Amino acid sequence: MKDLKKIAAQRRADAVTMIANAGAGHTGGAMSCLDILTCLYYDVMHIDANNPDDPDRDRFVLSKGHCVEGLYAILADLGFIKKEELSTFSKGGTRLIGHPNNKVEGIEVCSGALGHGLSIGVGMALGAKRTHRGYRTYVVMGDGEQAEGSIYEAAMSAAHYKLDNLYAIIDRNGLQISGSTEEVMALDSIKEKWEAFGFDVVELDGNDMDALVSYFHSERPAGKPHLLIAKTVKGKGLPFAENRADWHHKVPTAEQLTLAYEALGVKGAE
Amino acid sequence: MSEKHLVRKAFTDALLAAAKEDEAIIALATDSRGSVTLGDFANELPLQFVECGIAEQNAVGIAAGLSNAGLKPFVCSPACFLAARSAEQVKVDVGYCHSNVKLMGVSGGISYGALGTTHHSTQDIAWMRTIPGLQVIIPADANQMTACVKALCQSEEPAYVRMGRGAVEDVYGENPPFHIGKANRLRAGTGLAIIACGEMVAPALKAADALGAAMYDMHTIRPLDVDAVLEAACCGRVLTVEEHCVAGGLGSAVAEVLCQRKPVPMKIMGLPNEPLYNGSSDEVKEHYGLTAEGIIKAAQELMK
Repeated sequence: MKDLKKIAAQRRADAVTMIANAGAGHTGGAMSCLDILTCLYYDVMHIDANNPDDPDRDRFVLSKGHCVEGLYAILADLGFIKKEELSTFSKGGTRLIGHPNNKVEGIEVCSGALGHGLSIGVGMALGAKRTHRGYRTYVVMGDGEQAEGSIYEAAMSAAHYKLDNLYAIIDRNGLQISGSTEEVMALDSIKEKWEAFGFDVVELDGNDMDALVSYFHSERPAGKPHLLIAKTVKGKGLPFAENRADWHHKVPTAEQLTLAYEALGVKGAE
Repeated sequence: MSEKHLVRKAFTDALLAAAKEDEAIIALATDSRGSVTLGDFANELPLQFVECGIAEQNAVGIAAGLSNAGLKPFVCSPACFLAARSAEQVKVDVGYCHSNVKLMGVSGGISYGALGTTHHSTQDIAWMRTIPGLQVIIPADANQMTACVKALCQSEEPAYVRMGRGAVEDVYGENPPFHIGKANRLRAGTGLAIIACGEMVAPALKAADALGAAMYDMHTIRPLDVDAVLEAACCGRVLTVEEHCVAGGLGSAVAEVLCQRKPVPMKIMGLPNEPLYNGSSDEVKEHYGLTAEGIIKAAQELMK
């Protein structure tokens, strides 16, 4: 049995090291969604670095593309890309830019223009239905991203086509670049909204690995798409960054990097 | 006078025929099955048809996802909404991702006539031809559209294809030669070359015949057939004609080549980049001289 919590701690260290090396990155959001990504990539999804184009592979879309650092760290650890490449993150000539792009092995689509991911996920899930393939599609969105109207076009179509092979996940960390989501553009009754759109909605602690594992392995209602509201902490795992809006894209100092490793219980980046 | 045919009907007939042979072909509509003439397709191949409702951004995003799933999506929607409302999805989900998505803009240009500016698409070529990796094609008539659909079905490249709404006079006979990115020289000539695309090819060809000018059908705006443009410039003067605003379209693409490689006197005919005269499609074209007579007049001025 893999120790998913340990893996998540190490990937956090890898990601925060990349950000410190590059002098750029989205620290807060990368940390908040990292348990979700770890759970999906190490425990839930059927993917294979040796066969990245397998038509039956599960599909993953990071709609909140700015939180790409943890994804790169995971893809490197799983062998989709080389670990040495992580040190090129955001530097001149790199492939590993600040948002996912599908020239990188293991990344399905270019994302980061917010509000696009769920539509693409609907296409992937509908494609699975039309081609009789059993794969699932997972789309991770931000909570600030929920202000983008195109998301609700996608939500309508996901329910219309009864895409029960589609899992949308909202990384509900409560903060966006200008402050709290409720101050910037109130989301308020997020659960009721998505239920009204015809989704099977569950709310849980998105930094609780056991809760995530049990959710993704649970039997879900057939005939409707799924939405997980994953309540998370922005900057999770980094004591100096937790729940602070200014850490949306702040970069840790060398001193803070040491503090981060200590708090995560790791020796450093792998 | 040649017969007239609906280019959009030629498109959907050809797509239906191709989709019956290739079940990966999938058509997406935005409550547009009537205006695109996709009704037969939806009825005959319901599993290869996706209705997206009036939601162009979502339609293009879904198409990108379907292409990731190994399918060959054709998004069929009025050009005015497809090109403008979903511009970012076209830029990112189709162009940047290099998704095998065909964007079929129907009733383009000023096809909708008196419905006015909301329904005109007179900037779409300018926008689309700057998106890396995206092909931009405007067939001249129904027969060329049929050939174009065959070429699109064989290609994995993303493309934006624009067609009009009304019946268009035939320029070509059945099964004309068609290669994406390769202009058709319809007439040799001296003193002047006319380069046109889409519905402007038929009147431009009449003008070329009257003037003894060379005539090129530049059906692909991107990738532009640079060799054909340079060959046309050997006539000494170049006149471009398009159903698009004069900024950023075919004329601009031609000028970008000529001003850097073979400067010759040139005129760009199209629609002004300002609020347009109101009227039926034909009345608007007449008003701006986008007719055989208007093209002859403009050519004579250029020849002075």
